[in-house]
This record gives sequence, C-alpha cells and structure tokens, in this order.
Amino acid sequence: MLKIDARGMHYRELNRRIKEAVAAGERELILENVNGQRYLGTGVNAPVRIEVYGVPGNDLGAFMDGPSIFVCGNGQDGAANTMNSGKIVIRGHAGDVLGYGMRGGKLHILGDVGYRVGIHMKAYKKQIPVLIAGGTARDFCGEYMAGGILIVLGLERGQQPLVGDYCGTGMHGGVMYLRGEVDPRHLGREVAVRPLEEEDLALLREHLGEYCSDLGLDLEEIMAEPFTKLVPVSSRPYGNLYAY
Amino acid sequence: MQENYGRIPSGCAISGFINRDGRRVSGESIIQSIALMHDRSNGLGGGFAAYGIYPQFAEEYALHLMYDSERSREECEHFIADRFTVRHAEPIPTRHVPGIEDAPLLWRYFVRPREDRLHLPGRRPLSEDDFTVAAVMAINEGIEGAYVASSGKNMGAFKGVGFPEEIGRFYRLEEYEGYMWIAHGRFPTNTPGWWGGAHPFTILDWSVVHNGEISSYGINKRYLEMFGYRCALQTDTEVVAYLFDLLERRHGLPFPLVCAALAAPFWQEIDELPEEEREALTALRQVYGSALLNGPFSIIVGSRRGMVGLNDRIKLRPMVAAVSGDTVYLASEESAIIEICPQPDRVWLVRAGEPVVAELYAQAAEKARNKGAA
Repeated sequence: MLKIDARGMHYRELNRRIKEAVAAGERELILENVNGQRYLGTGVNAPVRIEVYGVPGNDLGAFMDGPSIFVCGNGQDGAANTMNSGKIVIRGHAGDVLGYGMRGGKLHILGDVGYRVGIHMKAYKKQIPVLIAGGTARDFCGEYMAGGILIVLGLERGQQPLVGDYCGTGMHGGVMYLRGEVDPRHLGREVAVRPLEEEDLALLREHLGEYCSDLGLDLEEIMAEPFTKLVPVSSRPYGNLYAY
Repeated sequence: MQENYGRIPSGCAISGFINRDGRRVSGESIIQSIALMHDRSNGLGGGFAAYGIYPQFAEEYALHLMYDSERSREECEHFIADRFTVRHAEPIPTRHVPGIEDAPLLWRYFVRPREDRLHLPGRRPLSEDDFTVAAVMAINEGIEGAYVASSGKNMGAFKGVGFPEEIGRFYRLEEYEGYMWIAHGRFPTNTPGWWGGAHPFTILDWSVVHNGEISSYGINKRYLEMFGYRCALQTDTEVVAYLFDLLERRHGLPFPLVCAALAAPFWQEIDELPEEEREALTALRQVYGSALLNGPFSIIVGSRRGMVGLNDRIKLRPMVAAVSGDTVYLASEESAIIEICPQPDRVWLVRAGEPVVAELYAQAAEKARNKGAA
C-alpha cells in the first residue's frame, strides 16, 4: 500500500507517481488531500485499488481500464468519461456529464448528479457500462444513450423531481431504471415507459446489491419502491443518414 | 491596443466570494482559489474585482484606467479634468512578475462629477451615475489607447494578459482588503486576448466574469446602444455588465427578475406556471426579448450590494456554490472553493437558469455606504 499526500500537487505529477507505483507492482494506493487534480486513474490499465480523500478534479477515471477508485468526498464534472472497465465509487454528489461515452465498468454515486449524465453511453457484447446515481439527476439524463444501464434512485429527494427535462432524448440503446414515478413531461420523445419483467428485477438486484455494499445502503429498502423502466423506441436513428 | 496574442480554443475559470457581514479580507484567498483552476486558463487573460477596498474614497468614483501611451494618458486626463473634480490621482501600484509583459500604463482617479457639468442649461440634469456611464463610454470609444477598467465607488477591477494568479501578484492584491472578491482566468476563444479584453467587464460598480460565450451579442449590443451604451471592448461579456446596469439600476428590476430576463425560462416551462406568474414572465420576455442572453455561460456578477451567480438555461457551463457562516462562494469547480474553505456548511451544484443571489446584510451595506461620510 502506498500513501501519497496530494496537497498542492499538480495533476501531472500526481498521475505520474500513480503510474510509476503501479508499474512497480503496487496494487493499493491511498491519495490524501486531493483537491481538483484531473484525470486520476487515466491511463492506469491494471486492477488496482485507489482511495481518494478530498475532491478529485474533472474527468476522474477518463478512459480508465481496470482500476477501482473509491472517493471519500464529492466528485466534479466528467467522471468516467469514455471509461472502458473498472469501477468508480463516489461517496457524495457529482457534477455534469458523468459517464460520457462510457463503454464499460461501473460508476456508483451516492448523492445527486448534474446535467447530461450518461450521455452517449454505449455497449458492445459483454462490455455493458452501469451508472447508478443515488440522488436525483438533472436535465438531459441519458441523452443519446446507445447502450448500457443507467439507474437513478432519488433517495431522500423530498419534493425534487427524480430527473430533469429531456430525459432520454435521442436515446436509441440501453435501458434506464428510475426509482419512482416520472412525470411524462420530463421524458424525451425517443423513449417509452415499459413494465418491469422478472429479469429486470434480477438485473436491478444484481447491480444495486453491489452498489449498496459499496456505499453501505440497505438493498431491500431500495427495492421496496417500484421502478420506472425506460427503453428507446427508435433504433439507430441515423442508420440511413450516410447510406442513401 | 495590442492584439497580437494569438488564439487558442478552450474554457475559462471563474470564482468569487462575499462576506455578507461586510468583513474585509485580503486578496490572498481569491488568488489561491483561481490559481487552483490554472489549467482552465491559457495565460491570455486574468482579472479580479474587489469591493470595499477604497473606504477612504467611498464617495468618489474610482476610475481605473489603462493607457497605451503617455499621449493617451494626457488626452484622457484632460477629458476627466474637464468633467470631474479629481480628489486623488495615482499610478496603480504593481510589481514585476515574470510572465506579465507589455503592461499598459495603469492609473486610478478618485473623482466626483462637476456640478456645472451635470446641470447643462436647457437640459434635464443627469444623475451622477448616468454622467459617469456616459464618460466611460466616451473614453472607451473616443480616446485612442485609453480604456476604463472600472468606474465604481469603493471597488476596482484589476485585469490584464497573463494567468490570473500572475495578474493578482502583479497588482499586489494581497495588500488590499475587500468584503467581496471575484476572479477570472481566461481562455479566449472567439475574441482577442488583450488587456482591455480581460475580465471582469465593468460599469459603475457592476463587474462581470464569464465562462462561455454570448451568441446573442449582436442583438444585445444593438439593444444597449438604444440606451446610450457603446460596446468598444471587443468581447461578448461586455454586454452583460451593461444589461445589469440597465435593468437593475435604471429600470429598477430586482436581481431575480433581471436574471429571469437574461436567462428566461423556456416558453414550455412558462406555459406550465400558474396564471399570474405566467403573465408576468410572458411580459418580461416580451419587454426584454433583446436582453435575452443566448449561448453557453456561467457568470458571476458583482455590485456594491452583493454577488449573483447565473448559468445559461440548459447548463452548458459549470458552477458550484457553497456557504460557510456569513460567506457565500461561487466557482467553476468545487475544488476551487474547498481550496479556501475546506469545510463549508453546504455545497451544491447550481442549476440552469436559477440565480444564486448573495447580498450584503442590510447593516453591512449601510456601513459600506457611509464609510466616506463617517
């Protein structure tokens, strides 16, 4: 286990030290006093465990392939950008454009998330990204989503809507599960609400079980509320665009 | 003014805080906050607005000027002396900082409009504020090589070409004390990086720092021209400062309504509101259609009364807010707040089109106003 005090350290230096340690065989890193350093975990292609104390900067785990990052604090914008595999757990809220173009791995957030979360997520064969937000999501959630699983729980949301406007606009692949009822005016034209089947519940149990154990939550309590399932009603809307 | 600084595309950084109780602190912490977001800027612009820094001249307009040459200075000082009583004039103190090159001549003047110029025979008397606005427009547009960096009472803007933390050191901001500080790190995209084009953009005690771009600049500019504003600084953000001056100071709209005009809710949202609100917002959009700001933006607007944070209507630029005791913070990134306030009482993600308004407490505002008279 390697501890790094990141106070005042530029992101290039911090990421260089992480990569050097991993290359030397280190499998567990603890980063203390992190504040605003970008791209943590980027370019680290090994199944290492990284604990982050503080507020990691934008594009946390961008293009990441393998590591598990546990953040004790809030996240910023762009976490899990184009992430390929591994896991990011954030014990707080996180910002906009999370999981942009994410193509594998998991992003677990305890609190609220911002705008354009899960935009352009995609899947291929066994590469299925999973993004779970414990709080609410704002506008353009799952916009242009092409694959993967996006779950919004809305825990402790009071009177706040579960998702903002234009949820699932342009969605043409993957699935969204929203815990609770969703006002149809929040939904984009390219998604439809479908009843949950047995296999949906099994899928939710599997992913939320892991989510709950990561964040110390009660799975049964979360599963006690009904979910709304959103699926795309168009597929490959641009399929013919260049084929005339 | 020189414009040969090239052009590289990307984002910007903004940060600001206000001690609502009027407590004054040095510029050290705002420099630390904006410096944390160093990588959001590219060295082509940095700047600060500081409030409460000139209590000894609280009744005078503090004119911060940038000059290309001694000749510009002479012409401008003649212009100022002709219209204002100058209580004090001095070069703005700076220090040598590596990276800050080609600084213009920097001067400040603490002035009051001359009574005889406010009351011209046969004409409606001008308010001191309107007179000062007109003078600023005339300097920016008419005096070659002279640009007003700020013109408010008990406040000042300090800006230039460089990284913001370099600009802060250059202007020795750690030697000032203010109750509100606002900062900007620039990454110019569509307009040149030059000293006058650095943020904040100001008029009277309004200051605006901005991340994004105002696509409606042309419409806004022409609208403002009808009210005597002249956009001479080659950057879109300039219109935001004048729009706040027009809507709040001259038309008397409260901050939330100003924000509802600049980042108006979509018609679709307005349609769903109760009748009274729907009618009010419809009227606001009709009257102030040309003041609507389009395009991606997050802005922090300062005035002597306090600070307003505002995002565009679909949140195309970042903004985080926090509260700690009597202090309210706004920044592009949460880490820039945590850098100077490690344990805020509350941190939240600012929503699209919903302003965060943080004003001085009434008592503190009263005190700030009366400083000069006391």
